[in-house]
Amino acid sequence: MIGAALRRPALTVALGFLVLVTIACVGAPLWVPTDPLQQDLGAILQPPSSAHLLGTDGLGRDVLSRLASGGRVTLLGALEAVVVFLALGVPLGLLAGYHAGRFDTVTTRVAEVLLSVPAIIFLLVVVAVFPASQLATMITLGVLGTPNVFRVVRGSARAASQELYVRAAQTVGLTSGQVLRRHIAPALSGPIIVQTSLFAATAVMTDSALAFLGFSVQPPQPSWGGMIAEASAVIDADPWLLVPPGVLIALVVLALGILGDGVRDLAARSVASVERPRRRPRRAAPAAPRAPGPSAGPPALLSLHGVTVAFPAPHGEVTVVRDVALDVCEGQAVGIVGESGCGKSVVARAVLGLLPGGARLTDGSIRFDGRELAGRSERELGRVLGAHGRELARRSERELGRVRGAQIGFVPQDPIATLDPAFTVGQQLTEVVRRHRGGSRPGARARAVALLAMVDLPDPEQVVRRYPHQLSGGMAQRVGIALALAGEPKLLIADEPTTALDMTVQAEVLGLLRDLRERLGMAIVLITHDWGVLADVCDDAVVMYAGEVVEVAPVQSLFAASLHPYTRALIASNPLLARAGEPLPAIPGQVPAPGAWPAGCHFVPRCPLAVPACSGELVALGGPGGAHRTRCLRHEELAPR
Amino acid sequence: MNAAPLLEIEGLVVRYRTGRRTPPVVACDGVDLSIDAGEIAGLVGESGSGKSTVAAAVLGLAPVAAGTIRFRGEDITHVSGARRRALAQHVQVVFQDPFGSLSPRRTVGQTLSEPLEVHRRLGRAERAARASAMLERVGLSATAVDRRPAELSGGQRQRVAIARALILEPELIVCDEALSALDLSVQAQVLNLLQELQRDLGVSYLFIAHDMAVVRHLARRVTVMRRGVVVERGDAQQLWDAPQHPYTRALLAAIPDPDPAAQRRRRQAREPGTTDDLPRAQAR
Repeated sequence: MIGAALRRPALTVALGFLVLVTIACVGAPLWVPTDPLQQDLGAILQPPSSAHLLGTDGLGRDVLSRLASGGRVTLLGALEAVVVFLALGVPLGLLAGYHAGRFDTVTTRVAEVLLSVPAIIFLLVVVAVFPASQLATMITLGVLGTPNVFRVVRGSARAASQELYVRAAQTVGLTSGQVLRRHIAPALSGPIIVQTSLFAATAVMTDSALAFLGFSVQPPQPSWGGMIAEASAVIDADPWLLVPPGVLIALVVLALGILGDGVRDLAARSVASVERPRRRPRRAAPAAPRAPGPSAGPPALLSLHGVTVAFPAPHGEVTVVRDVALDVCEGQAVGIVGESGCGKSVVARAVLGLLPGGARLTDGSIRFDGRELAGRSERELGRVLGAHGRELARRSERELGRVRGAQIGFVPQDPIATLDPAFTVGQQLTEVVRRHRGGSRPGARARAVALLAMVDLPDPEQVVRRYPHQLSGGMAQRVGIALALAGEPKLLIADEPTTALDMTVQAEVLGLLRDLRERLGMAIVLITHDWGVLADVCDDAVVMYAGEVVEVAPVQSLFAASLHPYTRALIASNPLLARAGEPLPAIPGQVPAPGAWPAGCHFVPRCPLAVPACSGELVALGGPGGAHRTRCLRHEELAPR
Repeated sequence: MNAAPLLEIEGLVVRYRTGRRTPPVVACDGVDLSIDAGEIAGLVGESGSGKSTVAAAVLGLAPVAAGTIRFRGEDITHVSGARRRALAQHVQVVFQDPFGSLSPRRTVGQTLSEPLEVHRRLGRAERAARASAMLERVGLSATAVDRRPAELSGGQRQRVAIARALILEPELIVCDEALSALDLSVQAQVLNLLQELQRDLGVSYLFIAHDMAVVRHLARRVTVMRRGVVVERGDAQQLWDAPQHPYTRALLAAIPDPDPAAQRRRRQAREPGTTDDLPRAQAR
């Protein structure tokens, strides 16, 4: 944490400055050159000199000495206010946020009342009652500031108390106090630090203002605000006097702001950083054996060849998907199956041109309906082609947009998230229809209703008037499919379309996908982790593991006669197929993260068949020939006799 | 063999108030369930069936309107405060989401020794030793004590959550969709672990899931819930082979079979029109 702080120069400077000022002020009696009260009427209003580094004031007192001594007063006052502010605001906020109910209602109302009180008037009343008592005014200031931290802490505590780990702590048997102290309070450090530093700055300002008005320590005792008041009395004779206290107050306030911001960022980062231990990123290996190109037969509608995608990493790039080959013919349903982190969604996004920020296609080709989609980013093409080419590229980018939006439809996992909650289903569907086909609004609306009927929604006339939150999960996914169908696509890419749905609803949505494919002659690429879903919808499938396609085959062959040990082991670990009560044949270990792939075959560390040869060269997709291909050196031993 | 069940739920009714004017939502309506010592009891249902509400009621986290929950004969339906905290030594929980259920700020070691700090008078060294031993028991390296959840995979986190549930040596662990968020290969590992722990330690599970295939694999007796009501209960294998209630049949028929040929047969045999697909605003 300290090391991280040192890498932030602004934070380091601010912190250093505040520490320096605090030490200088607290230790003032030990080092100041002259007594801050000692007058020298023979040397008034002197400019800075070696004897008086910051000059002297109207009574010939040393400005530096007064500044340091006055700082003790001001900083002590700010400290008093901050202590009250935290001691009241944080516990009350925690309790109100954690225990909803009457306590919460009462404290929140009190906080609202306090917030509506004009602080300065309240402070002046206190000054009138306790004249010249800095302690009284600063405690009052602390109390008046409390609602700010109270409201922030209450809100964050309310959010934190909904976290599952807080629930887990309760069920472990912790008391409310223990839950608050151990699990909720640490989550609030960020907002509390920010509020505290802001309030400390306010306290310094307020204390100075009160001293300026003469309501703090009385002259001749120095304080920063009091020095400004003295300077303003002689501003015509010596404007310089205003500079030292003014600049110092401004710098302290600024430093407190920077400190709060910086520490909050550090605290947030130390928790949020999910950087996996990455080995040296591997460059895309162009020498690696490529999967053979599309085999002879009907021309594929979608054809991926050697597709390699890299994501930005702390040091260079890390390849997350390599050498992916995939052919989808018209009307064919192909599944991409694999576990999380294997890269199946990345492949879909590469086809759609929707790779997340910074990720790029480093190698390979993606052909759709005879057109190359890969590498056609406007910027890249522009660099190669110059000005004229850039115009061309822009045009082709638009063209790509049309292809991707209209001829390739996309169904995401959570359709609710992609629907705008502020508009009805009909409005959103109509807009998409008009973008694809143009035409009048009534015509588009009729088409929208027809699309909803096509996805078997009962009473589509009624569904168009609904808002997204009024849809069930299954209905929302049907609307999502209708949206994807709006451009009459030749290919539908569905990324885990039923993972968020109940089993019975999933069965219906899968039935719809099968049905649509039959009725519209549309090709489907279905991404799934569920072998049952795959078997229900797809004819052929590619199995992905750790960024690679490890097996390509008809689904029936994959299930009955797989030629890759990973596929075999994964199917065997399905509880549906196992005998009840007996241990499942689980695969030991876990999927290696991108960047930590082993040399050679990625499955080697978990493979029961691995031999030294497997860890050598990258294994190419090969196999017995025909439609069945596998990325395993020992596939012949797996083949049925 | 103890004749009385370990956990006995009778006529459980849970209502959640949604607003001043709207009628309360009945999440559970007269649920009966019992678990014997050392048993794995399955509880199956889809979203909105009330299965997780049963778990919450057992843990004292749901407002029980009627019915009783008895643990080893003691009525724990409405206990709170010190007794509820003491019960934590006997009843523990593993939640679905391994990413949310561990505090991101605490190391694995802190998370595991916390229950011991609260319930056992042990020195720091003894707590650390037990935490390390438990990590190894659930198949993690003892060096994982110094890791934070962000450095662990989903399967590893779920193992930590199981270790936390086990460290007080409870008699009952409520597993609320404990395997649903895991990948197939990891799910198999954790499922085997749960089974092995049950065999070795004699702990009971209330195993709640939407996936009938997983429940059949683990549990001896299964209860099927729909919309807050138990629709069928019985021996897991019997229920699997010959479901009686139409909803149970629909639920079983909806499980897609990885064997394409078998799946084709399933599809043809499916009865339409038995889903619980309610709009979100209603479903809660």
